Amino acid sequence: MKPGSTSAACLALLRRDLTLVWRRRGDALNPLLFAIIVVALFPFALGPETTVLARVAAGTIFVAVLLAMLLSLDALFRSDLEDGSLEQLVVSPHPLALLLGCKIFIHWLTTALPLIIIAPLLAQLLQLPPQVLPVLLTALALATPLLSLIGAVCVALTVGMRRSGMLLTLLVLPLIVPALIFGAGACNAAQDGFAHAAPLLWLAAWLVLSIIVAPLAAAAALKISLS
Amino acid sequence: MHESADEPRALLQAQSLCFARNDEAIFGPLDFSLHAGETVLIEGDNGSGKTTLLKVLSGLLDPTSGDVLLHGAPLTLAKLSHQVALLGHLPGLKLELSALENLRFATGMGGIRPGITPHLALASVGLEGYEDAPLRTLSAGQRKRVALARLLLVPAALWLLDEPYANLDRSGIDLVNRLLDHHARRGGAALITSHGAYAFTSGTPRRIALRATA
Repeated sequence: MKPGSTSAACLALLRRDLTLVWRRRGDALNPLLFAIIVVALFPFALGPETTVLARVAAGTIFVAVLLAMLLSLDALFRSDLEDGSLEQLVVSPHPLALLLGCKIFIHWLTTALPLIIIAPLLAQLLQLPPQVLPVLLTALALATPLLSLIGAVCVALTVGMRRSGMLLTLLVLPLIVPALIFGAGACNAAQDGFAHAAPLLWLAAWLVLSIIVAPLAAAAALKISLS
Repeated sequence: MHESADEPRALLQAQSLCFARNDEAIFGPLDFSLHAGETVLIEGDNGSGKTTLLKVLSGLLDPTSGDVLLHGAPLTLAKLSHQVALLGHLPGLKLELSALENLRFATGMGGIRPGITPHLALASVGLEGYEDAPLRTLSAGQRKRVALARLLLVPAALWLLDEPYANLDRSGIDLVNRLLDHHARRGGAALITSHGAYAFTSGTPRRIALRATA
C-alpha cells in the first residue's frame, strides 16, 4: 500500500484514533460505567420482582446504552478541532466523507461495541428472559451504529460552537427516537412471543441508508462549521 | 503582478479573489501568481485577512468570488494531487502521541517524499532524541518544529504557512528560513504570512500586502 493513497490514509487514521482512545482509556470507560450504573439502579428503584424487571429490561438497557453513547458523542470531533487536526483532514487530498466514516467507525468500535459486549450482563441484572437476549443484541448492533452516524452529522454541525452539548442533545434525541422505538419494540415483541423481524429489518434498512448518507452529510456540515 | 501568456504556468494563481463573511469583505479582489522556486510573504495588520487568505487558498474556505488555480486547474480538482501542505495557527498534532507517531500519521495521510524518513526529518529540525517523547512533554517551539518536520516529509510543492515564525527562538527562525530556501531550490513554492518581515534573514521576498478593510 502506497503511503498517501486513500487506503493508507484511512488505515493511518484508524490506527491513530485507536491509539488515542487507548492513551485516554480512562475517558473511554466512562460510557460503560454510566450504562452499568443506570441499569444497576433500576432494580433498587423498582423492587426485585422478576416480572416487573423483565417487563422493562429491554427498554431500560436500550435507553441506558443510547444515553451512554450520547455522553461520548460531543468529543467525536472536539479534540481534532481544538488542535487543528480537523483542518488537516479537510485539506487532505482524500474524500472527507470517507475519513469521517473512519472516525465514526472508531467511535462505534470504542464506545458502542463494549456496551454491546456487556449487554448480556445488564440483561442478567434486569432478569431479561434468555430467549430475548439474541433479539436485544441484534437490535443494539443495528441501533448503535445508527446513533454514531446520525450523531456524527449533528456533532459536525455544532462543533464550531462553544458549549454545544445541550444543543447537540436536542438535535440528536428526536432523530434517534425511532431507533429506540423499533429496537426496544422488537425486544418487547419477542418477549410477548410475537414476530419481531419487521422492526429489526427497518432498523437494518435505516442503517444501510445512514452508512451511505451520514458521512457525506457530516462532511458537508463540517465544512460549514469550519467556515 | 499579472502574468502574460508566454510565462510558464504558475504553481498557484489567484484571479480577482475575494472573500466576504456575512457580506463584509475580508480581502480582495486579489490577483497574484506564485511560481516554482518562489517564496512570497503575505503582509498585513492583525485582522487584515492573512489567515483567511491561506484558508481560501488551501480549499478550507470557498472564495466569495474569483478563482484559485493550481497548475492552471481549479483548486477543487487539483486538491486531489497532494500539492498543498498547510501549516495553520494550530499545528494539527496530537499531544498524546509521540513526535514519531504524529509524523507517521502525516505520511500515511499525505504520502512521503522519496529519500526521507520521519527519523531524518526530526533530526533535520533539531529534534533528535525526542522521537518517542509524547508531544505533551515538548515545548510550544518544539511542537512547532515537529509541525515543520511534517512539511519536510509530505511531497507537497506548495507550502502555505501561517505565522511560521511564531513561538520559535532565533535558531528556530533560522531553521524556517533554511527550510524555505531548501524548498525553493527544490522547485517548491511557499506562501507565508507574517505581521512583519523581521524574521527574514536571507534576501527580500516578494510581498503581497493586505489591508484591513473593515
